[in-house]
Amino acid sequence: MKKLINAPENVVKEALAGMAIAHADLIDVHFDPDYIVRKGAPHNKVGVISGGGSGHEPMHGGFVGYGMLDAACPGAVFTSPVPDQMLAATKAVNGGKGVLHIVKNYTGDVMNFEMAAELAAAEGIEVASVVTNDDVAVENSTWTAGRRGVGVTVLLEKIVGAAAEAGADLAACKAIAERVNANGRSMGMALTPCTVPQAGKPGFELAEDEMEVGIGIHGEPGRRREKLAPARDIAEMLAGPILDDLPFKSGDAVLAFVNGMGGTPLIELYLMYNELARILKDRNITIARSLVGNYITSLEMAGVSFTLLRLDDEMIKLWDAPVHTPALRWGM
Amino acid sequence: MQITADHVTSFLQLVAERVKEQREYLTRLDAAIGDADHGVNLDRGFSTVMSKLPTATDRSISGLLKLTGMTLISTVGGASGPLYGTAFLRAGTAIGDRATIGAEELIAALSAALEGIQTRGKATRGEKTMIDAIAPAIDALKEQYAASGDLLAAMRAAVAACEQGMIATEPMLATKGRASYLGERSIGHRDPGAASAFLMAQAMLETLERVAQG
Repeated sequence: MKKLINAPENVVKEALAGMAIAHADLIDVHFDPDYIVRKGAPHNKVGVISGGGSGHEPMHGGFVGYGMLDAACPGAVFTSPVPDQMLAATKAVNGGKGVLHIVKNYTGDVMNFEMAAELAAAEGIEVASVVTNDDVAVENSTWTAGRRGVGVTVLLEKIVGAAAEAGADLAACKAIAERVNANGRSMGMALTPCTVPQAGKPGFELAEDEMEVGIGIHGEPGRRREKLAPARDIAEMLAGPILDDLPFKSGDAVLAFVNGMGGTPLIELYLMYNELARILKDRNITIARSLVGNYITSLEMAGVSFTLLRLDDEMIKLWDAPVHTPALRWGM
Repeated sequence: MQITADHVTSFLQLVAERVKEQREYLTRLDAAIGDADHGVNLDRGFSTVMSKLPTATDRSISGLLKLTGMTLISTVGGASGPLYGTAFLRAGTAIGDRATIGAEELIAALSAALEGIQTRGKATRGEKTMIDAIAPAIDALKEQYAASGDLLAAMRAAVAACEQGMIATEPMLATKGRASYLGERSIGHRDPGAASAFLMAQAMLETLERVAQG
């Protein structure tokens, strides 16, 4: 294992400390329980929080700030945070208008957020939850823990954050969140595995000429292993199941999100975006908005995920609204 | 045989030691079909339990079990934190304010723990989870105790059933938890949660054997 670390068990806390100093104008970092909170919390609006295992940076902590999240709860690497964190964050951002929990559909995340929501409710805080589950690589939801929450989570956090900033109430925030989740689909692949610092070894192994298709974001193996193929074939492999699943239709306007898994350079992500744009053009689907970069990552894994979100006018307006966080900033 | 709070402390210490010893083994099992953190997470949880035990204010059996449950929920994360945490909390609640417990109370507490895991995890037998090791163990414990009235013999049968249940997860197709995403590829691997449950069952048997020896 070759990493820029001091000790495996201190990686998360030391990274949080660095974030706190680097973005002192936007966020505060609270330790024990660990959470990242927007400066000046609570604000006079619905609080929006998320959380999950660390190792997916900039998600979620990098999305705390104006127009997006009010707080993020980072767990150990690839391990869901614990209820104490979500409870403390919920209290910290509760401005009296309730708090929305954005949860990715993983067994541990769902359980820990559920327990936190029960505890918050017991303290009189109104909490609503939305669970993202956009990963089409999970083919059979009946025989699994259900589709995983992946790329759509980033888009949802931006859009719901804008709605909350504009004064939407808790029910309206939950409704738009569910609409985003219902209209978004994703799929990812890996060229290399990644190594959890405390494990010290990669989560799986891939030969030089192999790739893993249908990966999640936790270094877990995917649905199947295949021979490495040219980018245009990989783009078809990812876009096909996404397009067929919703399904996206001719004339739809979408947000096209090409996400790097952490170890893939932007030059390859733009190359993949070019392939995705070609596929969408062939199907007469308009790219109304786009996002390209490493936003929901899996440590140093090389690979890519595609997310398509079918947009309506309200989603476009909320996507375009000003945002100022460590990882996303426009309009201000 | 009467079990005291000191015996419960010994059990917790033994679990913490075994989790530390088996940390790499549990993590390796988890790497095959999960996310390679089960041993690390449980070790963090039980190490924290160990650090809190000396200053625990409520030193009753239920107090110790609840402290363990709350600490696991607060420190383990993942799915195993809420699941084992809920199990210890429910066991503590079932025992209530009894200063010592006998076989029947122990069986009731373990049954409550299993119910807690099933409620929190929404899983049933045959889905390649810790339930596949715990549920047959509790069945065997109840049957053998009803037949013989000998708690130690019943616990030996329970640990044997637990081990078989753990081994039986190997050919299973996972339909709950993160391993379920692997589909057919989850087959042929032992469930890490079943393995940690077996480790705890062994620690319980060893503790009871020590109690029996006086």
